[in-house]
Formats: sequence, structure tokens, C-alpha cells
Amino acid sequence: MAIRRKDTVLFEKPPVIAAWAAAGGKKEGEGPLASGFDFLTRDAAFPEEACANWEQAESLLQQKAAEACLRKAGISRKEVDLALAGDLQAQCTASNYTMRALEIPFAGIYGACSTMAETLALAASLAAGGAVQQVLAMTSSHFCAAERQFRTPLDYGAKRTPTAQWTATAAGACLLRAPGQAGVPVLSVTFGRVQDYEVHDINNMGAAMMPAAASTLLRYFAATGTAPADFDVIFTGDLGEVGSALLRQQMEQEGVPLPNHQDCGCLLYDVSTQNVQAGGSGPGCSAAVLCAHILPRLQAGEYRRVLFMATGALMSQTTFLQGESIPGIAHCVELAGEGTV
Amino acid sequence: MKLNPKDYAHMVSRASPPSPVAKDCLWAFFVGGGICLLGEILRQFFLIWYDTSLAGTLTSIALIFMSAVCTVAGWYQKLAAKAGAGTLVPITGFANSVVSPAIEFKAEGWVSGVGARIFGIAGPVIAYGTAASAVWGLLYWLLGKVG
Amino acid sequence: MNYLWAFVIGGAICVVGQLLIDYTSLTPARILTGYVVSGVILSAVGLYKPLVDLAGAGASVPLLGFGHLLAQGVKQAVDQCGLPGIFTGGLTAAAGGIAASILFGLLAALIGKSRDQN
Repeated sequence: MAIRRKDTVLFEKPPVIAAWAAAGGKKEGEGPLASGFDFLTRDAAFPEEACANWEQAESLLQQKAAEACLRKAGISRKEVDLALAGDLQAQCTASNYTMRALEIPFAGIYGACSTMAETLALAASLAAGGAVQQVLAMTSSHFCAAERQFRTPLDYGAKRTPTAQWTATAAGACLLRAPGQAGVPVLSVTFGRVQDYEVHDINNMGAAMMPAAASTLLRYFAATGTAPADFDVIFTGDLGEVGSALLRQQMEQEGVPLPNHQDCGCLLYDVSTQNVQAGGSGPGCSAAVLCAHILPRLQAGEYRRVLFMATGALMSQTTFLQGESIPGIAHCVELAGEGTV
Repeated sequence: MKLNPKDYAHMVSRASPPSPVAKDCLWAFFVGGGICLLGEILRQFFLIWYDTSLAGTLTSIALIFMSAVCTVAGWYQKLAAKAGAGTLVPITGFANSVVSPAIEFKAEGWVSGVGARIFGIAGPVIAYGTAASAVWGLLYWLLGKVG
Repeated sequence: MNYLWAFVIGGAICVVGQLLIDYTSLTPARILTGYVVSGVILSAVGLYKPLVDLAGAGASVPLLGFGHLLAQGVKQAVDQCGLPGIFTGGLTAAAGGIAASILFGLLAALIGKSRDQN
């Protein structure tokens, strides 16, 4: 059964992440985590699969991650009880069309860049409660699909500000199983509360999302009586360099310094050489770092206990143009090394 | 949380790296100046055969053509990533803002994609430019009546 | 000398735009709109014509020059046909540039393809 402490749900018998897979594009394949990916393509337009547009390309990428994950789990898609997936495209279409191809019972989730932690937290809760035996949690993002929807045409000449982040062309998929089986245990999940500290700069998402990250972390530490030192690493979603610096500063002020903090947006790319400004972003960013970097290390015993907290900016193009500030959210998932629980 | 929006705005501006203004301006100056220099070379060439007004129009058309070619080839976006306002402010930037959505939204069809969105970025420029010129025209006409 | 002035004035007008980008939160679309409207105003008060005479394409190629073109067109049309010139003058003068953008845009859509930025 699950125990609820304030906003945190602790699993007495933890569900497990039994298999996972990461898929990525060219830039991701040139980044420091390339060797951890299960699928990489040099051309994320998928011309060899007669892909007609960037939206289809993102669905294909998510499908690659899902298929690789099921292959690694050694099961067919018919054996999956439910898939939870989401993405950045309007009406979550990348996931919808992926699920059209996979034919698995499906619930669409929207959490912007926090989607990986959100689907993971929901999937773990469902698996722990016995509602499902095998459940997929996944998400994706595609630089080109995001760019044409939220910013400008790809061939439009514009200079990026140094605080801007680069939407990852990446997808991650995790297969979770009910407690008692082999895999990386999910010890607890904490759903975040929306935080808005009146950041309006759409080119500084890390700053917009930082308060949500700090808030969820503080709630988690207070609810569980834990401290940063109890974890090998505390991973945040995609705060990038600016948001990460702000988070460390804020946590210092709160009296909870984070010496062991790492950000997925700064891990996926080599920020100094890959021309991604302040780092990576997009739901696929934290998803790919989770599946290509964090989970393999938990499986290998390199980490014993980590926090994985993905952050999302919850505005739309419309609310931005209407002058609304950018609300943020952060969901936190506590993971343990395989075989340690 | 020990944070309020006002203090946070200060915290954010301190933590955000500033744009490298000097470098940006050098790029803008040399690329923007270069495009204008190219324009002047074209204009002098057209002036051999045509009057000032037509030579100016032909210069614009030639630059727009070159911008369209560079946009299709993917070069304009690459140059603009460095040149900033140097590629934005000249008429080539205007052309890029028309050509790039035309290419981008082909996926949504020739009418509701290309046709509808071709002026998605350049539309405001034409709308407010035309409006401003009409206001000026009215004033000029009134001045003529009074004077 | 023409060429030098074209380079220097054109470059300087772009630097002003760059300073607006770096120091204000104005989006490129707003800066371009501002440039065209400013061009109309500068032309109306008689400040832009001398700059075009000095720098040629250095003043006419930046979008300020587009505003100048609209303003000049309206003025000429009002001189010729009075009040209706308000409606016809601006876009008549700017027709070449706008039509070229549309035509080359459509041609580009025919042969071009949206591409990834790697």
C-alpha cells in the first residue's frame, strides 16, 4: 500500500522500472550521453520512412523509444495494460499518433517539460495500487515541431538569446511493473503545485520553472525528513544553466544547499560547444537523460538513491501573447539502485 | 518559500548571462553594412539604364531574390544566428520573413498553410507601414488645403 | 564615396536594431514594425531624404527605407490626385518589393523544404 505524507506518496512495496529506452536525433547523438541511447538517427526527418512532416517525425521518434523499451523488457505490446504519454504538440498529438500505431490502452498526459516525471509518477502509483501490472510511461519532443509551433519557421533568421534553451529531439520510454519484480524501484512520488513568480520572458524558461523546482524539493524534504545528502544526485528536469544557478542560490537561502545537484538540460548536451545557449529543454530532454544516463547507473549500482524531478512551464502561445506570466510545475520521483530495497 | 516576485526579478536578471553586446553589434554592423553595400553596387548597376526610382525598386527585387535563394538553401538562418539585426533590418530580412513561413507551412497546404501564413511575420510591417503612410498622406493633404 | 557611405550608414542602422534587441525585450517583429513606422515619420518630417541622398542603398535597403518609400509614394499620389492618393500612394510605391517577396516566397515553397537546424 502507499502511504501519503503531505504531498508525497511513499510506496511500502515499491513498483519497479523494469525496462527503459531513449531515442534521439543528430545533436543528441553528438552530445555526451550518445552512448546511452538505444536509438539515434542522423536525420530526424525520417525520410527513409516516408515521413511527411515534423509532427509525424516526433511520433516516429516516440515510437522508436517505445518499441526499444518493449524489446528490452522482452514483451509484446499486447501484454502492456496501459500507456501514459504526453508531449509538447497542441492536443498532445505526437503521443496520440504514436499510440494509434501501438494500439495499447492509452491515457494522454500534459505536463509540458515535466511530462516524464508526471507519467512516471502516475504509472508508479497505478502499478503500486494494483490497477495495472505492466504500464508504459513515456514522452517526446522534437526541436523542429516545437520551433514551428511555438517560435518561428525553421528557416527564419533569428538570433537566440543566451538564456534561451534548445528543445531536444528526443524521446524516452519506461516500462513499470507491479512491486516485487526485477528493476529499478520507485520509492516515492511527489506531485508538484503550480508556482508563478511572474516571469514573463519566454526566452528564460529555466528562471520561470525554478520556483516550482525549489518548492517541490522543499515539500519533499519536509514531508519525508530527508536531506540532500541522502541522495547520490538530485536531478532536475530542464532548468538549464540559468535555472540551475538560480535553484542552487534559492536552496542555499532556504538553508538546504544542493551540492549534488545536476540538471538534465546541462547533461544532454555539451553546453559550451553544442550551441544550445543555456542548455536543453523539452519533455524529451529529461526523458532521454533518465533513460540514457540515470536508470543505467541505478541498475549498475553506481547510484543507490536519486531524485528525478522534471520541471515544466505551463503557458501557451496564446497566454504568452495575452501578457500572462509563465507558471511552472515540478514533479519529483525518488528512485533507488536496483536490488537495494 | 523565501521568495517574492519582485526580489526574484532581480535575482533572475543577475543570474542571466547578458548578450555579448559589442560582439553582436560588430556582427550587425559588418553584415548589415555589407548587405547595404551590395545593394548600392546593384543600384549603381541599374542606374546605368534606369531612373533613380526604378533602379531602387530593381535593387530591392534583386536583394529579395538573393534572400529567397539563401533562405531555401538554409544559409540565411545560419548567418542570422550570428548577424542578428544585421540580417533582420535590411529588406533581405523582410524577404526571409515572407519566404520562411511559405516553406515551413507547406505541410498545412497551399491555401491554409502557405497562403494564409506567408505574411504571419511580415504582415504587421505592411499593415502599420501602410497605416502610418496614410496618416501622413492625410496630414499632407490637409497642410496643402491650409497652406 | 557612395559605397563607403552605403556601408557605414547601413551598418549603423543595423547596429541600432541590435542594441534594441540586446537591451530591450522588443521582439524582432516589433522592431521591424517600429522601423517601418519610424521610416514613415522621418520621411514625413523631411529627415530621411537627405540620408538617402548621401548613403543611397545604405538608407533605402534597411526597413526604415521601406517606410520612406511608403511616405514618398503617398506624398506623390496626393500631389497628383488629391485625397484618394492616401489610399493608393504607399502600396503603389512599395508594390515591387511586396510582390517580389510574395512571388519568390511561393516559388521557394515550391522547391524548398523545411530543414532541421543542427
